[in-house]
Amino acid sequence: MARAPLFLARQGYRRRRLADMARLLPLFGLWVFLLPLLDADDGLDAALLIYLFSAWFILIAASALLARRLCADAQTGDAEGPRSR
Amino acid sequence: MGKHVLLIEDEPNIIEAIRFILSRDGWQVDTHSDGMTAFDRVGALRPDIVILDVMLPGRSGFDILRDIRADPELCALPVLMLTAKGQVKDREMAERMGVSRFMAKPFSNTEVLSSVRELTGG
Amino acid sequence: MISFDLLVAICLVYVIFLFGVAFWAERRAARGQGGWLRSPAIYTLSLSVYCTAWTFYGAVGYAARSGLEFVTIYLGPTLILVGWWWTLRKLVRIAKTQRITSIADLVSSRYGKSNMLGVIVTLIAVVGTTPYIALQLQSVTLSFAVFAPDGVGPWRPTDLDSAALTVAVGLALFTVLFGTRNLDANERHHGVVTAIAVEAVVKLVALLAVGIFVVWGIAGGASAVLERIDTSGLSEMPILPGRWMALTFLAAAAILTLPRMFQVLVVENEDERHLATASWAFPAYLFLMSLFVVPIAVVGLAEMPAGSNPDLFVLTLPMAHGREGLATLAFLGGFSSATSMVIVAAIALSTMVSNHIVMPLFLHLTRSGATISGDVRKLVLRARRVSIGAVLFLGYLYYRLTGGSEALAAIGLISFAGVAQVLPALLGAVLWRGATRTGAITGLVAGFVVWAYTLFLPSFGEGAVMGARLLAEGPWGIGWLRPQALFGMAGLDPLVHAVVFSMAANVLVFVLVSLFDFPSPMERLQGAQFVNVFEHSTAAQGWSQGRAEAEDLLLMAQRILGAEDAQSLFQRAAVAQGLQGYLPEITPEFLQSLERILAGSVGAATAHAMVGQIVGRSSVSVEDLMRVADETAQMMEYSSQLEAKSEELARTARQLREANEKLTELSVQKDAFLSQISHELRTPMTSIRAFSEILMTGADLSSGEFRNYSRIIHEESLRLTRLLDDLLDLSVLENGQVTLNAQPVMLHDLIERAVVATARLQGGQGLMIHRDPEAERVELVTDGDRLSQVFINLISNAQKYCDAGAPELTIRVCRTDSAVAIDFIDNGSGIPQKSQAIIFEKFARLSDPRSAGGAGLGLAICREIMVRLGGSIVYLSAQGGAAFRLTLPLSLAEAA
Repeated sequence: MARAPLFLARQGYRRRRLADMARLLPLFGLWVFLLPLLDADDGLDAALLIYLFSAWFILIAASALLARRLCADAQTGDAEGPRSR
Repeated sequence: MGKHVLLIEDEPNIIEAIRFILSRDGWQVDTHSDGMTAFDRVGALRPDIVILDVMLPGRSGFDILRDIRADPELCALPVLMLTAKGQVKDREMAERMGVSRFMAKPFSNTEVLSSVRELTGG
Repeated sequence: MISFDLLVAICLVYVIFLFGVAFWAERRAARGQGGWLRSPAIYTLSLSVYCTAWTFYGAVGYAARSGLEFVTIYLGPTLILVGWWWTLRKLVRIAKTQRITSIADLVSSRYGKSNMLGVIVTLIAVVGTTPYIALQLQSVTLSFAVFAPDGVGPWRPTDLDSAALTVAVGLALFTVLFGTRNLDANERHHGVVTAIAVEAVVKLVALLAVGIFVVWGIAGGASAVLERIDTSGLSEMPILPGRWMALTFLAAAAILTLPRMFQVLVVENEDERHLATASWAFPAYLFLMSLFVVPIAVVGLAEMPAGSNPDLFVLTLPMAHGREGLATLAFLGGFSSATSMVIVAAIALSTMVSNHIVMPLFLHLTRSGATISGDVRKLVLRARRVSIGAVLFLGYLYYRLTGGSEALAAIGLISFAGVAQVLPALLGAVLWRGATRTGAITGLVAGFVVWAYTLFLPSFGEGAVMGARLLAEGPWGIGWLRPQALFGMAGLDPLVHAVVFSMAANVLVFVLVSLFDFPSPMERLQGAQFVNVFEHSTAAQGWSQGRAEAEDLLLMAQRILGAEDAQSLFQRAAVAQGLQGYLPEITPEFLQSLERILAGSVGAATAHAMVGQIVGRSSVSVEDLMRVADETAQMMEYSSQLEAKSEELARTARQLREANEKLTELSVQKDAFLSQISHELRTPMTSIRAFSEILMTGADLSSGEFRNYSRIIHEESLRLTRLLDDLLDLSVLENGQVTLNAQPVMLHDLIERAVVATARLQGGQGLMIHRDPEAERVELVTDGDRLSQVFINLISNAQKYCDAGAPELTIRVCRTDSAVAIDFIDNGSGIPQKSQAIIFEKFARLSDPRSAGGAGLGLAICREIMVRLGGSIVYLSAQGGAAFRLTLPLSLAEAA
């Protein structure tokens, strides 16, 4: 099996970092969603509700952006990308 | 009155035998034992008859015979061929090439002598 | 107030509409016009089966009871979808390459196609899903009840049970119709998926409509709602960190392990890129579904009379405000949520039950193999239909047994915790090559048992399955084994307690057993293919040379795929192999692809078993596995074999050519043999005859002449004798009749003798011989006479044939432990390359002008002698002259 090259062209490098971001996004989401626990004694109030839904929305938007970029890159044909059958 | 023989043969003992037989009958016997230069010798000496061995170093007797028959000045020269191989196809080949007479070794002395005489019209 | 009859009519129309949508979608797909039916949007909407009636009604109730906690049920899936790059992408790719039909199939396939695991996962799924189906039936009947006040219409609240039964039967009918239409799960259920997508839209629109009505219609705007939230009773419900984390985890696990989610997320996935869209679109769907939950709960709590069921606020709030149209829409939304979940769950479960329980049982009972009479295809379809009926009946039974009294949320969470037990085995399957079958089985069982003991069985209530004493004091009074307080941890929330202990037991056992276990080759191979699916999306484990008859396989395939499909499949394969008929060669590749196609219908383990029964082995050998295991190595091996083969071929061809040349030359030699021997015999005889005739005539010879001629006769007769001697000698040597006289001799003496003998023969003229007396001091045990005969021959050859101006011969002796090599090298021009091969043959006298004397038997005799003496003679090329090497053992006995 041929070994992967050590250094990639700029595009390939970008793509790897995109995949890194895709991997890190759920960890960021977890952090955001667990944050309210630090101040859990208070009950449900409007501020908490707004915080949670805003955070959720940002996560969705980030995911949409990433997914679009990853798919666009996959069209150009890279080994690791999501591909159609 | 030609009584001149050129003997082309490489076995020293056979040369000695034929020389004895013919020179006792009054023939002048010249000998040559190399196939390569044999034809030139024939042209130079212009003998009345050539006795030619088949197995010669350098060039076979058949090749020499062909050259003789191809040469306009030598084509009528009588050639007596001797061979130790004695196979039928050798005889046929020699006859096709225009040999005057073909004899297998070992030969009888009288036969050689009479053949030489006959071929030179003696 | 909308009449109950009208509601039933609307409901029926809606159901007929759904049937129509499903039917239309199937038709379009069958005609190949289903392009947009397979869009990422449809895929994302189909994922909404996650949002059941539990979400639609229960989320509001949950919020009203526990505050913000309900949102964790949607945060977990959001994290998984957002993190699709980690796991989902891999799951989808694996499912595609391995033709996975269900989560049980995936786990079973990964752990060495173990059917045991398939059965366990199926059982867990059934046990975990049944309460969930009951929950849906309950929600539908409850929502009916809202519209059916006492004594109105033919449907009384006492008829709720029959309503539930009607719904269950209707759902079974729909599922059987559209869920078991085609067998190959990879052909996917276009009709069902499209209907579910429509239902997803209805759900979302209904909930959003109710939400908007509540916020702007009742509460008076967004800020007013926020104010109400701050002052409502919900503000006194703090987030419980333990439950928050446990629920997020459970929901995240559920989206991967719930059979219906696996079905829509992985099995029904058409294109990996759809996953990328769903990664944000599905969280957005969940976001919208949860957006108005808290406002509805807060407003409902404030507006509705005390004691009204918060689970039904979505329905009752619009109704209380006289919005019957909205209420009907909400009812349809709830109905959609319930039905879509039940349909997909029933399809997923029936696939698992029929592939992992019914089919293996059938195969086991009919041991003779898959070719026995009976249509397997029909059997599989029937098994699925019966399974669907059974699953729905189980759900109905559960509903009747539990009495439909519990809060919806609790049942959902118990289900989640149950199916989450599959998570370690699933993640291990795709992420850890070290995970083993035994580890997965023991882990699953451990987790499942703890879950049942701590959560599932107690959930039936005190006294139902577990007695009050058991719950309070533990089994046999062992306090630390109390079901809801293991190890005395009584302070924990029962759900958190169950999740922590069941998952801990599951993971611990799974990891530890896997670490100490050693997997079978099949497991290792499948493990490598699953975990490294992106590196090599190659075939699953292979069939090597099978002895199956194509007919048998076709018979079996027909029973599973149907006659038409199977025949066209076989014909295509035959055409691909370049064959005329309709039966292909049974190559490993063909078996592999056939097994995969069958796996799409009956699951990997069953397909493997069926093909295995026909091919005549139930498992593949380690050798076969290893051959498939490392394709690269195989290719390299193969190409190097090819290289070796072609080299060997080239070598053989060269040898053949050489042999042929030798034969041709030998045949020419043989042809010349007669004339040669004739010549060799006649030449001396000519001289003898001529001179004896001269002597016989007796005439005037001088005494010198007389003596000379007698000597010639004598010499020539000696020559003749020598020739005859040589011929006889060779003949004796060749026939092996020679007796060797082995004695200790000095090599030096033998060479000396030969040199002297040859010098005498030739009168010592010319040839200069270089020797090294020191090296020649080698003691040999051999036949000295024969050996010196060889020496004499070689020296006299040099004398005769060396064409150098000053001929020289070097004799070199080189001794090793057990042998001695003697080289004879002259400084002539040597023997031409083309002649070297024949010099050891008889009468191989080369057409050398100076080849006077000798009959060409010398080297042939030498070779024979050397062979008899246990040695050899070879011609050494490129030595700057003719060079012969003799090799000889130091002792003749050693060579014998």
